[in-house]
Amino acid sequence: MDMKANKKKLGLKEKYAHMTRGLDWETTYQPKDKVFPQATFEGIKVHDWDKWEDPFRLTMDAYWKYQAEKERKLYAVLDAFAQNNGHLGITDARYLSAVKLFLTGISPLEYMAHRGFAAAGRNFPGVGPRVACLMQSIDEVRHAQTQIHALSNYNKFYEGFHAGASHQIERLWYLSVPKSFFDDAFSAGPFEWMIAIGFSFEYVLTNLLFVPFMSGAAYNGDMATVTFGFSAQSDEARHMTLGLECIKFMLEQDPDNLPIVQKWIDKWAWRGIRVLSLVSTMMDYMLPKRVMSWKEAWEIYFEQNGGALFNDLAKYGIKVPDCIAQCTVDKEHQSHQLWLTLCTHSHAMGLHTWLPDAEEMDWLSAKYPNTFDKYYRPRFDELRERADKGERFFANTLPMLCQVCQIPMLFTEPDDPTKICYRESEFQGEKYHTCSDGCKHIFDDEPEKYIQAWLPVYQLYQGNCWPEGTDPTAEGFNPVAKYLEWCHIDAKDTGDYEGSSDQANFAAWRGAATQNT
Amino acid sequence: MSTVFIAFQTNEDTRPIVESILADNPHAVLDEQPAMVKINAEGSLVIKRESIEERIGRDFDLQELQVNLITLSGYLDEDDDQLTLAWKN
Repeated sequence: MDMKANKKKLGLKEKYAHMTRGLDWETTYQPKDKVFPQATFEGIKVHDWDKWEDPFRLTMDAYWKYQAEKERKLYAVLDAFAQNNGHLGITDARYLSAVKLFLTGISPLEYMAHRGFAAAGRNFPGVGPRVACLMQSIDEVRHAQTQIHALSNYNKFYEGFHAGASHQIERLWYLSVPKSFFDDAFSAGPFEWMIAIGFSFEYVLTNLLFVPFMSGAAYNGDMATVTFGFSAQSDEARHMTLGLECIKFMLEQDPDNLPIVQKWIDKWAWRGIRVLSLVSTMMDYMLPKRVMSWKEAWEIYFEQNGGALFNDLAKYGIKVPDCIAQCTVDKEHQSHQLWLTLCTHSHAMGLHTWLPDAEEMDWLSAKYPNTFDKYYRPRFDELRERADKGERFFANTLPMLCQVCQIPMLFTEPDDPTKICYRESEFQGEKYHTCSDGCKHIFDDEPEKYIQAWLPVYQLYQGNCWPEGTDPTAEGFNPVAKYLEWCHIDAKDTGDYEGSSDQANFAAWRGAATQNT
Repeated sequence: MSTVFIAFQTNEDTRPIVESILADNPHAVLDEQPAMVKINAEGSLVIKRESIEERIGRDFDLQELQVNLITLSGYLDEDDDQLTLAWKN
């Protein structure tokens, strides 16, 4: 006779305790500090690793179950997208520039995050964070894979999707911005990595990247991106929670940790905000159908939500980073200044740019009443006038880069939006340039680290970025053209959207989808 | 007082979840965005397993929320019966 089993299964708290504790062992033939050589050099003191607890209390068995469910949902949608000409459902093919920027600039970072969390898991002596880092490491490689799979459907039809992870992330001048952020974090110790990625990027900033981006994708009819984005974002909610847990853990373990953590928060808040300026152009300029302005997103997700967080961290003695004052000024200017630079350099980019039309400029005026008409509309008008005469302007050289964030020196002084901000530091007899007080401060704190930065534009002009066998003394030699060849960028991938093959193909195929001829 | 929030994908799985959250948290405010539903609440927000089970007519494991979760804000605490988000100050 069958007996009904009444014995209750383990509760969540008990299960978590059993599956994330007591899994390690004491070392015998090597001292512990040799097995975990990175655990102490940063100065963070930990007295009890068991105090680290994942608030979701996720264990490996549940992790596999729910991740499998997410994958099944995602790939069902991708099949439907491919089977139903999903690429023709987007608002217009300008939108694809945002997707290209994501694929070339963000997806490779997911892979780097995978490596970084694997390393952090290896280097932490405590079992709780090791289990959490393991799951996050697997999440991140899943994100890289699902993004590449989802966007490969666009690669069948449009330009510029072919070499992001394989060649461009390590070579292209604007992609070195996100890459250097992760290089900087990965070459630090495991605790700084957790603040840089777990806290600053995942907790404070990821909402600004994923949430408006995915709502934007939904608004613009991009089923593929919405699906991988939300699938990834469901993991991010867990990552954010861990980022917050991790900072609380460090602060509660020892009062000596406070100044170290504060320094990292200041540094990584600014580093992250600089990287996100790429997202600001996407929201204000690259989405044909806009969700909200960068400034509005900044106010909801950074000022309100970040404000709530810093109010709470105040009890540990954590202060709001100094750079926030500058950010309050920058939110009115950032996207316009960067888009103007991208518009005048897209002959050397793997995506198209365009000048905003009259209706779009009115939207920008309404969203930025203090700055757009005064500083930026006249510059777009000037560029439009030249373009109408068939003289679309592109700068003939590549821009000088900030030694820290690697963004071209294009942002302005905090008190004068008509003057480019340059900061200069000297180290071992050499001069180094940074784009802001925030970046100068970071440089001056660790100059030995940042003088090693690989700055694509400088490397190009030093002759290190051409295909093998290039002869720079040949007649008519064009360094930028050779550089683009080395980056696997074809002429079709570059320049203005107006007149591009993406524009022509999208119009022809969408036309073909509604007619029988 | 600071605001906490939680956001889910808009779909048939989350509809009863959102309904139960709004029923259990009278101070919560619904914010519907493209493909996403966000719930904001002053101070704290609680999600109860029982309320969701009443609406869907089957057993529900709160960890199932993970599948459709987009983002959240505030300190989280989860056990078998409820998930709480709160700022502690």
